[in-house]
Amino acid sequence: MLTPEFTIRRMKRLESRIVEIVDQQLDAMEQAGSPADLVASFALPIPSLVICELLGVPYDDREDFQRRSSRQLNFRIPTTERFAEQRASREYMMTLVQRARRKPSEDMLGMLVREHGTEVSDYELVGIGGLLLLAGHETTSNMLSLGTIALLQHPDQLAAVRDDPDAVGPAIEELLRYLSVVQNAIPRITTSEVEVGGVVIPAGHLVILSLPAGNHDPHFIHAPDAFDISRGAPGHLAFGHGVHHCLGAPLARMEMRIAFPALLRRFPHLALDEELTDVPFRELNLIYGAESLKVRW
Amino acid sequence: MKVVADRDICIGAGMCVMTTDAVFDQDDEGIVVVLTEQIPADDEMRVRNAVGLCPSGALSIARQ
Repeated sequence: MLTPEFTIRRMKRLESRIVEIVDQQLDAMEQAGSPADLVASFALPIPSLVICELLGVPYDDREDFQRRSSRQLNFRIPTTERFAEQRASREYMMTLVQRARRKPSEDMLGMLVREHGTEVSDYELVGIGGLLLLAGHETTSNMLSLGTIALLQHPDQLAAVRDDPDAVGPAIEELLRYLSVVQNAIPRITTSEVEVGGVVIPAGHLVILSLPAGNHDPHFIHAPDAFDISRGAPGHLAFGHGVHHCLGAPLARMEMRIAFPALLRRFPHLALDEELTDVPFRELNLIYGAESLKVRW
Repeated sequence: MKVVADRDICIGAGMCVMTTDAVFDQDDEGIVVVLTEQIPADDEMRVRNAVGLCPSGALSIARQ
């Protein structure tokens, strides 16, 4: 139902709009002046604006849904509170779904209502909309902030991403592998006995897979803990694998391919404005990231 | 070298198109379309890469 919306060709049609959004954020950063919080001024608003437009969510509501998204994924927050955030998110999405039912517009919620009518229930639309909204900004946002740190730590590779368009694609794949911001794949249940890495898992067992561990497996890749954009994109598990491979992968890639070079070109002297040890990195969160990131230029 | 795509298994992730759009495309539903089954020697490595990267295992290489 959603796959046609995320083909490479459909994503290319979004390209010029994403370029505009990125440029607007960079303009605003430049006007406000150095230093800035890269998360609040760049890493979060870009994917947030893109997914809002694509899906049909009013960006003006961002304060509420961004807060709810990040709290839902934070394992430090008690389960009852996280469930309450989830309920609030679903109630919010229900208002958007009902509005799309009354007057379907050109966005994805509108398209689903027009093309699938009653064969998809309001609750299913709430589920689809909620997942896309959360997944659409939490993931790319943290890739943009952590990726900037990784590039700043490797000036030669940063220069390649800034100056060589052919280096950007493989660099994004290496950032995805190296940073692995999503911590766990969707849980699986073994349908038959299976041996993985010398360990026998009986049938009917719940298996939780660590994506960063897979992406840093020395049997999979040489010197896995080194950041090296010249690996030539040999593949990784950052978007999962199998039939539940991330639907939004082409969108995430396009956002990053546009945003990183644009940021580095606009601010050639970009630098962290705090010690790395002072960056408030997330702990116990489904998606790794930084709460804020002070930069100067 | 010849590449075969199982359109029933394909999930439309588009990894193959991203790897080499000279050989692969997606139809309106996002499902893989092989543009040329006979792979030019220059594209062999990229096609092998696409086969390995495909998350659903829909691609395979047929030796002739």
